[in-house]
Amino acid sequence: MKTPPASGPGQSDGRTAQRSLLVKTLARPEVGVFLGAVAVYVFFLIAAPPVREASAMANILYQSSTLGIVTIPVALLMIGGEFDLSAGVGVITSALTASMLAYQLTLNVWVGVVAALVVSLAIGFFNGWMVVRTGLPSFLVTLGTFLILQGVNLAVTKLVTGNVATDDISDMDGFDQAKKVFASSFDIGGVQVKITVFWWLLFAIIATWVLMRTRYGNWTFAVGGNKDSARAVGVPVAFTKISLFMLVGFGAWFVGMHQLFSFNTVQSGEGVGQELIYISGAVIGGCLLTGGFGTAIGPVFGAFMFGMVQQGIVYAGWNPDWFKAFLGVMLLGAVLINLWVQRTMTRR
Amino acid sequence: MDRVSHSRSRRLVPVVAVAAAAALTLAGCSSSSGGKKSEEGGNNASAGKATTPRMTVALVTHQSPGDTFWDIVRKGAEAAAAKDNIKLIYSADPNAGNQSNLVQNAVDQKVDGIAVTLAKPDALKGAIDKAKSANIPVVGLNSGVSDWKKLGLMEFFGQDESVAGEAFGKKLNEVGAKHVVCVVQEQGNVGLTQRCDGLEKTFSGKSEVLNVNGTDMPSVKSTITAKLKQDSSIDYVATLGAPFALTAVQSVADANSKAKVATFDLNKDLTSAISKGTIQFAVDQQPYLQGYLAIDSLWLYKNNGNYMGGGEQPVLTGPAFVDKSNVEAVAKFAAKGTR
Repeated sequence: MKTPPASGPGQSDGRTAQRSLLVKTLARPEVGVFLGAVAVYVFFLIAAPPVREASAMANILYQSSTLGIVTIPVALLMIGGEFDLSAGVGVITSALTASMLAYQLTLNVWVGVVAALVVSLAIGFFNGWMVVRTGLPSFLVTLGTFLILQGVNLAVTKLVTGNVATDDISDMDGFDQAKKVFASSFDIGGVQVKITVFWWLLFAIIATWVLMRTRYGNWTFAVGGNKDSARAVGVPVAFTKISLFMLVGFGAWFVGMHQLFSFNTVQSGEGVGQELIYISGAVIGGCLLTGGFGTAIGPVFGAFMFGMVQQGIVYAGWNPDWFKAFLGVMLLGAVLINLWVQRTMTRR
Repeated sequence: MDRVSHSRSRRLVPVVAVAAAAALTLAGCSSSSGGKKSEEGGNNASAGKATTPRMTVALVTHQSPGDTFWDIVRKGAEAAAAKDNIKLIYSADPNAGNQSNLVQNAVDQKVDGIAVTLAKPDALKGAIDKAKSANIPVVGLNSGVSDWKKLGLMEFFGQDESVAGEAFGKKLNEVGAKHVVCVVQEQGNVGLTQRCDGLEKTFSGKSEVLNVNGTDMPSVKSTITAKLKQDSSIDYVATLGAPFALTAVQSVADANSKAKVATFDLNKDLTSAISKGTIQFAVDQQPYLQGYLAIDSLWLYKNNGNYMGGGEQPVLTGPAFVDKSNVEAVAKFAAKGTR
């Protein structure tokens, strides 16, 4: 990704300047996925008439946001060179903690919400600490936590409630307030937009700022690029990695709270398989599986693409038996566009 | 010595203070409504216990982890085991090959009886044959109504999924539905497909299938919303599991649709939704009864040589409809998680 030599002083060759700007823009990691997302959007705009309505867009954005809120920290973690397979079930662990604690002890639901945050951050800390301390691949460590949480979710819920789903907490103190924060909707020009969409975009902006403008952002790229040289130049590797895992815990907590306050109860067996969707969202969004490269805004488009394809197929009214196959083909297609843009633009 | 204890007690003071403060804060944060405190302490009828010799029975199902439905089956089986002085070994795996291994495992343990679900009958044939040659009685439950005799099982307890689907379709005709969408939470599941097929067979209006990702509730919600937006003529949403029905109600509201919601299977929250009228009706296959009867039948066979269904006919536990007219009678049992 070399910038072409600047034109000499006094020369006013507009073309060179323009092209270099274009090349620079197109070579950015999030541009490929942006074009892919636009392509998918235009495709469904033509194929599925209901997508043209604003309320359909609100629905697609809602679906994307519940994926995207976790995809952003997963992407940051991936830039930092690590994986988290426990994020999907971590969402449910968080929701279960809040729900069962508040219900069983008859507490204000905010107590449960805070306790769930502590638990989620602790899971993140554990993952990060294990990875840093043992030097094992995060794939293995978080595969372990993924399985542990899956079992704990079921067993503890069954032990505490006697059932495999939690009790309805919608009539408890603080529920309405918490619902406003995590699961309400806004009326924008007659269209109901879910609050998660705003949180998603806000988190994306914060993450972008942190990644681009702060020392922590530099550390993230450094530990993902080369851990040892990062340590050599004084980057606190352990702190950076552990905190990145804890950020994933935060994302999982947030979506867990959304699920709890929008559905009132939690099914303990859910969340399995979501971790791969988060990771795909980050990869489609231009983050390298090997770390050290990526953005926070790319995964926003990655998650949007997932939501768009998933809902677009339904809006288009296609044969539902083919659903998963369509999803796979569309995603592969989008990734290929992404790759092609990257290749052609950086080659020059 | 003195100093040590002194410094320790001094160090203890802030800890105790923090703990006390935390306890006070928690007490101050208690909810004045809902929660465990308001839950009625429904007493389980303390049943008598059989004095027959202790026996061991294995229940092997194709449950996927955390499914509310299977939890009820298991509770029924546990209740029967407790009454009949049976040691119950419960195991489950949704993968047919693994389930077959679990049956083999039960045979190796030389249990006195095996109750098994036949979601994929062919895969279980080998293990069931081994159980029979080891003289272990085998009964079927839940799925496999058309295969249990072929595999040589003694008895069967369950609901014919196609028959349930057909009954559902007829009920939809009665309530005047015109266009139904059948929401499948696990694409490719044989039983779920049979329900939708049965529904389509008897339903006189238009029906179609919608696949959703059952492990991700927000995605279920927005996919149903999308479907209702895509086709505004849909006037009934039929879900195949209770949690999905409750989500479908939210989708209907999000889509500004006038569609009504009905479902297969019950749970606690669903009964209250039926009494509130947000969900129209549910088809209950009485999972508790399936688990209970399967275990009890093995006890009867061992101690008195009885066959339920005479060894010829399956014992049908459904379809039973629950709607506003009879929900009150069911609700108090559903609240305990047994109906």
